[in-house]
Amino acid sequence: MLRMIAAAALLLPFAAAAQQTIKIGMINVLSGQFADAGAQMDNGAKTYMKMHGDSVAGKKIEIIRRDVGGPNPDVAKRHAQELVVRDKVDLLAGFLLTPNALAAADVSAEAKRFMVVMNAATSIIIAKSPYMIRTSVTLPQVMETFGTWAATKGGLKQNYTMVTDYGPGHDAEAAFASAFKTAGGTIVGSVRFPVANPDFSAFVQRAKDLAPESIYVFIPGGAQPAALGKAFAERGIDKKKTKILGSGETTAEAALKSMGDAGLDIITAWHYDYKLDNPLNREFVRVFSEMHGRNPDFFSIGGYDGMHAIYETLKKTEGNTDGEAMIAAAKGLKWQSPRGPMSIDPQTRDVVQDVYIRRVQKVGDEYVNVPFDKISAVKDPAGERRKQQKQ
Amino acid sequence: MFASLAGVLFDGVAYGMLLFLLSVGLSVTLGMMNFVNLAHCSLAMVGGYVTVSLTNRYGWPFVAALPMAFLAAAAVALVLERTLYRRLYRASDLDQCLFTIGIVFISIAVYAWFYGTVVQSAPTPSYLRGSVELFGMSFAAYRLFLIALGLAVAIVLVAALEYTRFGAQVRAAVDNQRMARGLGIDVDRAFMITFALGGGLAGLGGAAAIEIVGLDHAFALNYLVYVLIVVAVGGLGSIGGSFAAALLLGVSDMAGKYYFPWLGAFLIYLVMVALLMWRPVGLFARR
Amino acid sequence: MRPLEAAFWAATLLPFVVTPSYLALASQVAITALFALSLDLILGYAGIVSLGHAAYFGFGAYTAGLLSKHDFGEPLTGLVLAAIAAGLLGYVTSHLIVRFRHLALIMLTLGLGLLLAEAANSASWLTGGADGLQGVKTAPLLGFKFDLYGRTAYAYSLAVLFLLFLVARRIIHSPFGLALRGIRENARRMPAIGAPSLAHLRKVYTIAAVMAGAAGALLTQTTSTVSLEVLSFGRSADVLVILILGGAGRLYGGIVGAIIYMVARDQFASMNPQYWYFWVGLLLVAVVLFLPNGVLGGLSALYKRPE
Repeated sequence: MLRMIAAAALLLPFAAAAQQTIKIGMINVLSGQFADAGAQMDNGAKTYMKMHGDSVAGKKIEIIRRDVGGPNPDVAKRHAQELVVRDKVDLLAGFLLTPNALAAADVSAEAKRFMVVMNAATSIIIAKSPYMIRTSVTLPQVMETFGTWAATKGGLKQNYTMVTDYGPGHDAEAAFASAFKTAGGTIVGSVRFPVANPDFSAFVQRAKDLAPESIYVFIPGGAQPAALGKAFAERGIDKKKTKILGSGETTAEAALKSMGDAGLDIITAWHYDYKLDNPLNREFVRVFSEMHGRNPDFFSIGGYDGMHAIYETLKKTEGNTDGEAMIAAAKGLKWQSPRGPMSIDPQTRDVVQDVYIRRVQKVGDEYVNVPFDKISAVKDPAGERRKQQKQ
Repeated sequence: MFASLAGVLFDGVAYGMLLFLLSVGLSVTLGMMNFVNLAHCSLAMVGGYVTVSLTNRYGWPFVAALPMAFLAAAAVALVLERTLYRRLYRASDLDQCLFTIGIVFISIAVYAWFYGTVVQSAPTPSYLRGSVELFGMSFAAYRLFLIALGLAVAIVLVAALEYTRFGAQVRAAVDNQRMARGLGIDVDRAFMITFALGGGLAGLGGAAAIEIVGLDHAFALNYLVYVLIVVAVGGLGSIGGSFAAALLLGVSDMAGKYYFPWLGAFLIYLVMVALLMWRPVGLFARR
Repeated sequence: MRPLEAAFWAATLLPFVVTPSYLALASQVAITALFALSLDLILGYAGIVSLGHAAYFGFGAYTAGLLSKHDFGEPLTGLVLAAIAAGLLGYVTSHLIVRFRHLALIMLTLGLGLLLAEAANSASWLTGGADGLQGVKTAPLLGFKFDLYGRTAYAYSLAVLFLLFLVARRIIHSPFGLALRGIRENARRMPAIGAPSLAHLRKVYTIAAVMAGAAGALLTQTTSTVSLEVLSFGRSADVLVILILGGAGRLYGGIVGAIIYMVARDQFASMNPQYWYFWVGLLLVAVVLFLPNGVLGGLSALYKRPE
């Protein structure tokens, strides 16, 4: 008996060595104005680990969370540095906001650490570190696709654009408008909202004065989509005559709930919705809402698939966390996600996925984004252009 | 042309009423005791979250939840004043700022803990949704309601301040606190009641704001700047001043966005800077 | 320099040996301390309460960033040029600012700060807008590369903080500094005894802007990033909180405040990334209740009481 205990004690260190941990430094925004988006992204990652266990390739996954508090690249960079030099993390993940991802990319490139962008959607981020992949979406990926769709299958000839006056707004406006014009449409006017804009009536009135055939909208998530939707209703815009086009933020779950009937018939292009009807998604939504008491959103799916990409990469490298090995293994990964089939482009390292065209409808007593069209395996067009320029 | 002008004016007035409700309490308490309460918008959030809870969880009608928002915020203000703030009347302005910012931070975390970080909404009854046709133009029903609410509050406040004994005491305390004390007015008690009233009005404003701007845990910081602008432009301790400033800022903000959208973000600050350079003590300052 | 002061500055070297993995944080603490020191010059010594001081910090930060983006990445010249640029902005705006007092003053500084922040957002062709300025690459400092550990960054920030601290100290103890305190205590009387109040205020405001600009440039250079956040209301409010926390009107107030606030925030946030605001709020409330006039003010009152 004693001998067995002694033997077990001798074996213990080896067992511990075999069960090493892989540390992931998760740089996110968990306080302040963007806290909700950050929390949802984190919830998505947690849900993945709940569903697929917290060890992979024989190693335990440990997540070290850091809060940047908003678009603060100096803080994000500091956290990335500290995670690498002090906490000795094996890879970096998270990144809700573009400036934070760009700042941490420097650290990923210098320290040769694998980095997974789970949300930030500005196209150029991916070019900043050769060890980076993205599992969310890029703005041109959805918005150029949408612009082309609107002018062709959508049958629209005229559009008025309304975007928030900040980087992503400008990018979305440019992407949609250029694709819409290339496909034969005309932009009859445009307006940009201030970032901190509590009330949209004046802008909607301006758009209404021109009576355009369709209006394209891009605004950040949070309280603004509901306010905008209500402004459309209050200004008496008939969505049967004037089509409202937008991004997934505009018709997020909370926004739809707050808008009520005012949200009906808004058409959006997006890559994920919690109501997508497939078995994987139903299971994901079930576990997610059990864990967190609410439904997942597109931030959550970015976190979920980000963890999936990390797990699959580690399986391929058999637990080797070297930056070169991981990025080589991650290139060309393909998998079935709750959002549908997706992959990592072997050349640009960016996300490739389906884009859904949806319309807000009342299903039972719920307001739902119902997909009625789909464009398959869309790459990031801006990344493709960069690739051609290089060649 | 005329229709669009009327529409812009209407929206601006409605927005101004919201600013008025949110800021009038701070103006009076700041003018009266010189107490810098940066946590004023945290009180607005009390009203907002009470409304969210009552309408969503307990099925109260929106309009019935509004008085409760007022009462709850007033009660919290009263407790805060009696237990903490009164210790700080003699403290420096800077210490008051630091203390109340501390309260804001705590309140942000507490709201996030209890209600999460998601943007909350409160269902409004059908007669407050959509728009109403008047004189051949359509007006948003909820904004009409806001304007009516703001006007009613302003009238009640002015009447109470001008024609009641308590109002006279408050005016005396705002004009000259030392003199008022000398005349035997219980300034501390007057302040306590005023503070509770101001907090209650903020709570009402917070509840009414949900439909327009939504409500989340960061509200207390996001709207602090607007409230301070209204208070400074209106002049400390003046209800009329707050009313005029809120209207002016609301209308100029809307008109600016409609006629000069490229100036949209700048306009409210430009108007403030210009007005303060013209009248540094505010439009209707009592001192 | 008194022994206590010498001990304090010697202690600032400790992070190099004691906590070498915290140097990136230490560097940002030093930068924030410099920023708070610059606010102290106008708030603590001249009575100008500002809620828009980030305007000068951000102006310096963007100047340094734009210089380095356009292949002018040598840090020392960048620092000097950024400080001068912020000083010019400070000089121009001081003509407006110093004529006002009380709430109007606070709101005017706030308004100017927000206008500049909005302008930077609109001019995304220049500033990179919400994504932040791209292509900032700081050249090595006197041959030392800005490393992942933050050694160069901390040494650089600390050296600049120390030098500008000596400058500030000299100013405070000069007749000019005395005149400023006179203006703070009684703005009307000073001209009567022959002190040109407004000119003095303009001068100190400009000096403070220079220092804030230097702090901003340091942040840009040590992190190779600039974003709109350097101009934000949040940054102005944070530095005010930091200064009051440490104790306004005391040379070390901003420095002590920066150390306490930033270290507390870092520790609370890594323990509790979602609800750390609660603990920071509690800290502020407790300081006001138990150590009025900031940590240094409260401590010196406690120290003097037994006498």
